[in-house]
Amino acid sequence: MNAIIFDKVWKEYGDHVVLEQIDLTIAPRAFVALVGPSGCGKTTFLRMLLGEEQPTRGRITVAGQPLKPEPDADRGVVFQRYSVFPHLTVLGNVVIGREFEKGGGLGRLFGSKRRKAEEEARELLDAVGLSGNETKYPAALSGGMQQRLALAQAVMRRPKILLLDEPFGALDPGIRADIHVLMRRIWNESELTVVMVTHDLSEAFALGTRIIAFERPRNRPEEVERYGARLSADLTPAINGAAMPQGATITKDIEIWPPKVAGSSGIVTRHGHSTPHS
Amino acid sequence: MRAINFRPDRSWRLALAFLPFAFLCLAYVIGSGVRLAENPNDKLLPSFSRMGEAIDDYALKPDVRTGGYLLWEDTAASLTRLLTGLAISTVIALVVGIIIGLLPLAGATFGPVIAVLSMVPPLALLPILFIVMGLGEASKITLIVVGTSLKLTRDIALRVEDIPREQLIKAQTLGASSMQIALRVVLPQTLPRLIDSVRLEIGPAWLFLIAAEAIAADAGLGYRIFLVRRYLSMDVILPYVAWITLLAFLMDLCLRVLQRKAFPWFAQARAA
Repeated sequence: MNAIIFDKVWKEYGDHVVLEQIDLTIAPRAFVALVGPSGCGKTTFLRMLLGEEQPTRGRITVAGQPLKPEPDADRGVVFQRYSVFPHLTVLGNVVIGREFEKGGGLGRLFGSKRRKAEEEARELLDAVGLSGNETKYPAALSGGMQQRLALAQAVMRRPKILLLDEPFGALDPGIRADIHVLMRRIWNESELTVVMVTHDLSEAFALGTRIIAFERPRNRPEEVERYGARLSADLTPAINGAAMPQGATITKDIEIWPPKVAGSSGIVTRHGHSTPHS
Repeated sequence: MRAINFRPDRSWRLALAFLPFAFLCLAYVIGSGVRLAENPNDKLLPSFSRMGEAIDDYALKPDVRTGGYLLWEDTAASLTRLLTGLAISTVIALVVGIIIGLLPLAGATFGPVIAVLSMVPPLALLPILFIVMGLGEASKITLIVVGTSLKLTRDIALRVEDIPREQLIKAQTLGASSMQIALRVVLPQTLPRLIDSVRLEIGPAWLFLIAAEAIAADAGLGYRIFLVRRYLSMDVILPYVAWITLLAFLMDLCLRVLQRKAFPWFAQARAA
């Protein structure tokens, strides 16, 4: 099983503790939504999972293996911005995944191999509702279409884990609802574990099978005055005799009910398909 | 209507752009007319007809001594040096700039030394180049390369670093190697920006070319200007300066058009 396990993970930048004592097991094919206030370490958590940042203490394992210390094709990602390559057409943006995989040092495919990759890419573009836009450049697409493209691009390499960093945060509500349907379908139909950072609680509850809330039980000394009133002492767990926890910990871990199971029927249709418009 | 909201349309724009040029010409004609009325042999502000004769002599009639057409020979000599120098600079800047911009190890090793060397005034190196490489073409081309390549390299390295981190991460999650990232993500995004940088270096390149030609050459636009200076031949110098300006302007224009035609995504992405 491809469970992702965080084993007593800490992340510090110098004296600044960002995350502390994260113990977490993410089941295969889960859709985990990470919520919490700005600056609480959600994105740091995601970056560690991505391999872009290393934990200062503890370790992260996937399927029993330590996580590779740099990003690789096992972990796809969609960012809020700059996720697609501006110099490639819509089709080129999806094909490039296959070109990196099979195109050798130059990263290019020619002839029948390229046609096969393009065919695959067209199917994916059709699935995310972008057929007809193959020759456009990303700058000519709306924000929603760009994120659809970013999803297609990420799924092309068939990653085991898909990481989403506030992917739909900048979209209009209507477009966001459409792309949620798409996201749910992708998660349902591919062998994917999804970890999503979001600011939007309703999005977290709509998509996630599990919500994890990050919170700083106590802020840095210079911030205590400004934020102190909001933090109740009850939320401060004493951990391993540490005098006062300073980083974020997981404060809420919520299983969504009724449980959603990837691959089962009713996941997609319950909320209905809507035709993409963006 | 507020001044900031008044936008000229296309024909207005053209007329307005033409206006300062017309004004400059008019000011020259008046100034030259006043001086020539006082002294018909004045050499400082020759009349347009006098300059026309000089252009005729240099561009359309073979030189009595050498039998060549001087303006075209000078132009060919200068452009060969200039374009060779700029081409070498561009290739160096592209390769080195991408390497030090993309690879932290290379950036840490070569970034500081390039930053220091780019502060050396290139003209101060000209005597050294003449001593080491002789007075031939090599020293002039080298001066242009030394004068432009370091700044271009720094510029390209900075523009490579400006590529959003997200894109490099994204490429890695698609399984790309460092080489593939350099060739498929960084290089194509750097090329249109390189054109912008080269456009800015056209001016300095001409400066170094003319300085080198002024000191030691036997043909070239800069050489000719400094040669006829001895005879106070403003009627030759002024058309030569105008010609150099036109050439530089056309080079700039060509690069701008090339950028628009070859990288259609770039203008779109910049506007977005």
